[in-house]
Amino acid sequence: MSLRVNDLRVHYRTLKGEVKALDGVSFTMADGEILGLAGESGCGKTTLGKSLIRMDGRMRHAGGTVELDGRNLPVGDDRAMNAFRFHEVSLIPQYSMSAMNPTRRIGKMIGELLRSRGVTLDTAELHHRIDLVGLPREVLSRYPIELSGGMKQRMVMVISTLLDPSLLIADEITSALDVSTQKAVVKAMLGFRDNGFVKSMIFITHDLALTSNLADTVMIMYAGKLAEKAPADKVVKAPRHPYTQLLINSLPEIGVRYDQRKLAGIPGSPPSLLNPPKGCRFRDRCPIAGGECAEEPPVAEIEPDHFVACWKA
Amino acid sequence: MLKVDNVTKVYKVGTFGGRTMTAVDTVSFDVRPGEVVSLIGESGSGKSTIGKMILGLTPVTSGSITVDGVPIQPGKDYYRTVQGVFQDPFSCYNPVFKADRVFALIKESYYPSVPDAEWTERVRSAIQDVRLNPDEVLGKFPHQLSGGQLQRLLIARALLLDLKLLIADEITSMLDASTRIDVLNLLAELKARGLGVLYVTHDLSLGHYLAERTVVLRRGTIVEMGLTSKVFDDPLHPYTRQLLSAVPRLHAPWDDIEPPATCLYHERGGVGGLLEADPGHYVACAQLSDC
Repeated sequence: MSLRVNDLRVHYRTLKGEVKALDGVSFTMADGEILGLAGESGCGKTTLGKSLIRMDGRMRHAGGTVELDGRNLPVGDDRAMNAFRFHEVSLIPQYSMSAMNPTRRIGKMIGELLRSRGVTLDTAELHHRIDLVGLPREVLSRYPIELSGGMKQRMVMVISTLLDPSLLIADEITSALDVSTQKAVVKAMLGFRDNGFVKSMIFITHDLALTSNLADTVMIMYAGKLAEKAPADKVVKAPRHPYTQLLINSLPEIGVRYDQRKLAGIPGSPPSLLNPPKGCRFRDRCPIAGGECAEEPPVAEIEPDHFVACWKA
Repeated sequence: MLKVDNVTKVYKVGTFGGRTMTAVDTVSFDVRPGEVVSLIGESGSGKSTIGKMILGLTPVTSGSITVDGVPIQPGKDYYRTVQGVFQDPFSCYNPVFKADRVFALIKESYYPSVPDAEWTERVRSAIQDVRLNPDEVLGKFPHQLSGGQLQRLLIARALLLDLKLLIADEITSMLDASTRIDVLNLLAELKARGLGVLYVTHDLSLGHYLAERTVVLRRGTIVEMGLTSKVFDDPLHPYTRQLLSAVPRLHAPWDDIEPPATCLYHERGGVGGLLEADPGHYVACAQLSDC
C-alpha cells in the first residue's frame, strides 16, 4: 500500500467556530494507482488534497493518521512535513497559471527551485520530460507569460514531479482548460505514471466524465465524508450510493438531448459543516432516506474494493 | 430575430495600440424566436466577444448586428428586450446589499410607475418561473444563496423585462453538476415563451443537450454551423471532429483523432467562406470530399 489514510479530520478555524471540512475519511491507495476524487464544491476534496501536503494557517489537524510507503506522514506538523514535501508528496496547484515566477526565465527558475531543495539539475532528464509532455525545449529560455494556459499547466507538471515524488496531488488542474488541451494534459499525466516519475496520484476534479477516463479508482465525497469509492467503471456503471446515482444521472453527455430525455438536478444543498447534523448528511436531499438514516451509516465494503457509506446500498 | 451579418472585431493590442488582433472575422449567423443556438469554441475563439458585441458592451469594427431588422442601439429600450447573463454569478451581486436588490433596480429604471404591491407579485411570479421558491430566496444576502440560485435569480431579473433575446455566456461553468442541469432545463423552458437564447459555451455536451442549432467557432471564424444533430452526429470539418473526439465521456474511452496532415485548416487557420454541405449545414473546409 502506497498511501493509507485513517480517520483523517481537518477543521477550519473561523470566527463562528470550527468548520468540519474533513470529518473522518479513511482510504488506501495501491502503488501506481490513480485515484479520482470528485464531489460538489465544499465537499472537502480540496481540503483532503491540501492536508496531505501543507495545511494553511486556518486549518487544524483534528485527528487521524496518514501513512505513506509505510512511514507516518506528520500532516499536522508544518515543519516536520518539510522533509517530505516535493520529495515524497508533491502538488500541482489549481491555478498553475500563476504558480511560476513571472520575473525569471523558466529554466533559471527551475535551477533555483532545485537548489533550494539541495538537488542539482539533471538537464538531460529535464529535457526528456519536457519532450514527454509535448513541449518544445525552448520553453526553458522563455518567461511564463509567453506560454499558453495549457503549456504552463504542463510545464508546472514537469516541475512538480522533478524529484520523483511517491504521491502527486493534482487539484482541478484541467478545469480552466479547453477540451483538447485537457486531453493532452491527462495523457501526459498517464505518461508520468507509466514512466514511474510518480508512484500514485490523487486527481481532484468535479468532472466525473474526465475522471472516469483517467482514474483507476473513483472516490466520491459528500459534506466532508466519503460517500462511495470503487473502481472507475463501477462508479459510472453501477453506483450504489444514492448521491452518486443522482450525480451521474445529472450529467449531460453527448447523445443526450433535452427534448428526448430531460435530466434532473439534485434538489437542495449540502448541510452547513459548522454544526453538521447527526446521521447521514445526504438525508435531506436523498429520495430513499428512511428512519435508519438518522444514524450515521458506516463505510462498508459491499463488494471487493467497492466501499459505500449508505444503509440502503 | 437576431441577425449577425459579416461582423468583424479588431482589437488594438501592444504598446499604444500599435498592433491589431482580429478577434472575430466576418461572422454571420442568426437566432430565431423560440430557439436556442449554442456558440461553441475554445478559449480565444471570439465567442464571448460576439456576445459582448450583441449586448453593445463593445463596438463592432465592421458588419452589422440587427434585432428584428433594427440595428442595435445600446440604451434603455434595447436592454428592455435583450439581456445577458454571465459566467460568475457571485460578482454580479453587491455583497453589501440583499440579492433581491437587482429586482428593485429594474423597477427603478424601467417601471417606476408600477405600484409596489403589483411589482412584488411580478417578482414572485418571475422567481417561480425560474423554479425557485420566493420565500426561500427573497430577503437573503448573496452569500446565503448557492451559485445556482443566484444564477437563476439573474435570469428571473431578465424575465421581468419584455425580453426577446437572452445572451447566456458560460452561465453554468461555475456551477456544480447537481445544480447546473437545473439552469439548463430552465433555459430550455424559456424557448416555449418564444424567447431566443444564444448559449455561449466551451462545453460541447451542454451545447448538445440544449441547442437546436450549433455554431462552432475557431480563431474568430465559423468552421461549421447547422442543426445540432447534424453537427454532432455528422461533423464535416476536421476541427469539429477533433473537438468532439476530445470530449471526455462517461461510458466510453477517448477515441484518438489527429488532424489530417494535409488539412488546410491545420496549416493556415480558417479557409475561405462557408460551403453549404447539406441544406442548412454550413462548413468551412476546402477538402470536404476528401476528409
